[in-house]
Amino acid sequence: MSKAPILQVQSITKAFGGIMALNNVSFDVFEGEILGIIGPNGSGKTTIVNCITGFIKKTSGHVLFRGKDISKKPAHKIADMGITRTFQIMRPYYSLPAYKNLVIPLFSPRARRTGGWRGGGRLGDRNTVGIDILEEIGFERDSYVPYKAAATLPTGYLKRLELARCLALKPDVIIGDEIFSGLSMSEIASMVPLIERLQMDGITIIMIEHRLRELFRVANRVMVLNFGEKLMEGRPAEVMADKRVKEAYFGSQEVEEVMTHA
Amino acid sequence: MIKDQRRKERIDRGIKVRSDGIYAMMSWRELTYLVIPRLVLIIGMLILPLVLPGMYWQRVITITCIYALLAISFDFLAHFVGLVCLGGAFFVGTGGYLTAILNTSLGLPPLLTIPLATLLGASLCTLLLLPCLPLRGVFFAIVSLMYPLFAMRVIEALDILGGTDGIIGIDSFANRWVEQYMVIGITLLFLFGVRRLVNMDIGLVFRGVKDNDQAIRASGMNITIFKAIAVFIAAAMGCMSGACLVHIYMWSGISQFALDFSILPIAATVIGGGGTLVGPLIGCLILVPISELLRDFGTLRIVFYSLILVGFIVFRSEGVMVYGQRKYHQFERWTRI
Repeated sequence: MSKAPILQVQSITKAFGGIMALNNVSFDVFEGEILGIIGPNGSGKTTIVNCITGFIKKTSGHVLFRGKDISKKPAHKIADMGITRTFQIMRPYYSLPAYKNLVIPLFSPRARRTGGWRGGGRLGDRNTVGIDILEEIGFERDSYVPYKAAATLPTGYLKRLELARCLALKPDVIIGDEIFSGLSMSEIASMVPLIERLQMDGITIIMIEHRLRELFRVANRVMVLNFGEKLMEGRPAEVMADKRVKEAYFGSQEVEEVMTHA
Repeated sequence: MIKDQRRKERIDRGIKVRSDGIYAMMSWRELTYLVIPRLVLIIGMLILPLVLPGMYWQRVITITCIYALLAISFDFLAHFVGLVCLGGAFFVGTGGYLTAILNTSLGLPPLLTIPLATLLGASLCTLLLLPCLPLRGVFFAIVSLMYPLFAMRVIEALDILGGTDGIIGIDSFANRWVEQYMVIGITLLFLFGVRRLVNMDIGLVFRGVKDNDQAIRASGMNITIFKAIAVFIAAAMGCMSGACLVHIYMWSGISQFALDFSILPIAATVIGGGGTLVGPLIGCLILVPISELLRDFGTLRIVFYSLILVGFIVFRSEGVMVYGQRKYHQFERWTRI
């Protein structure tokens, strides 16, 4: 893990009317690491993703990507630079088969540039690349699953499809908004090695999670948000031991469980 | 008491060519299965002018095709890009007036004015609609409805482009056969062209804009650019129909901005089945002749017309074409449950 921050978030503030969703939050993300962002409901986790990726406008603050200010750029420009995100509420292109879902991101300027698809623009090339990516992410190539309409896929596959949509762009940073939520234990167990492999491929990953136990297994560092403010930041073990974190999560059974087992 | 209950079971026909995207043409049987419906449509359209009695009904077919072009353009924008555009009349008017100007002022023949008016008109319409493209759903629909009304009033109030009299003295086509076959040919060309387009990679992006534009942005693509391309294509179809219309009537006036050109294509799309592209054409083939037949009833015409529309919506809300496709592609049988 190199020590250059790939993404620097500098005192982001976001106010929805009178409500401070994010108050002066700053953190660095280093190249090749997995940073977890946790926090109770309504603590501003998804807002921070939206602010970094340009989906909503920040009230104030800056985001630097490899030292360059990207605060004012529109969402598609930021994605074009290599910061991709998944959505908490998965909305695939329902009417299309799973592999055709990937033809769309493969059509983007970044995918053309980074060679996300090979070939000379003849029809069908993006289809094969799409199926390749799906296989990488856990769709069995020879089964009917990649060819099924996205509307009929179960949640586990939809979450993978969201990740695959990011991978189609050959991203530098993936920001996963609750990749594990809504999945069964066994589905998560099969997702974890996938995340680890993405990290080994050199992709920096920011994970917003509610499933702490699984997150603490893969994350290098964890940041805790509470009521839009940064509570603390540190290695998983440090975070688990922290008293303030316990207080923020008071009442949440899973945390109690994780804390006692730690 | 357990009642004997039945339900209708639908089974896809076991033919390879039906499976989506994989065109395995293995036998004559499968080839004919695939080709026959298309052939029926193409040949049917081509022989229609020959079998119809008299010039009146031949003209009706020409007008039907002009409405069909508009309906296909509406269907494309509404069901494949997610823009419900009520500005069909604006496309017709723009294409019509451009043709009129090119023909009367510059003296260009119809063979040149139609493609020129199509391209110029589509560019103009796209430019003018550009500020509204970030709007979605009903908001875009309302704003796009405003354009033809706006254009009509501007021409009327400023008395430009011939004012309420319009521009007269426009060349007609060489003869009525050229007129009919040109319009029919253009309609079929655009029908199959758009069908091909929506299944290409860029067409998938259009459909993505409709399904989930946030994911398109997250994939590093500018939604507005793709919407603009789609509007250009749709406007080109609208402008081309306007250009043909002006050459047929040899006159261009503010009635080309009339709401008929916005509303009738939508009704045709509803009746024919939205999202099928062929449906709107079928819908126009039903609606326009009916509207002509009902002329005998005078003002009661609108009542009958509305009743027919309501009937279709209540009893076949999915649309004729969707119903037809289902019957063609699936077996149906009753099973006991």
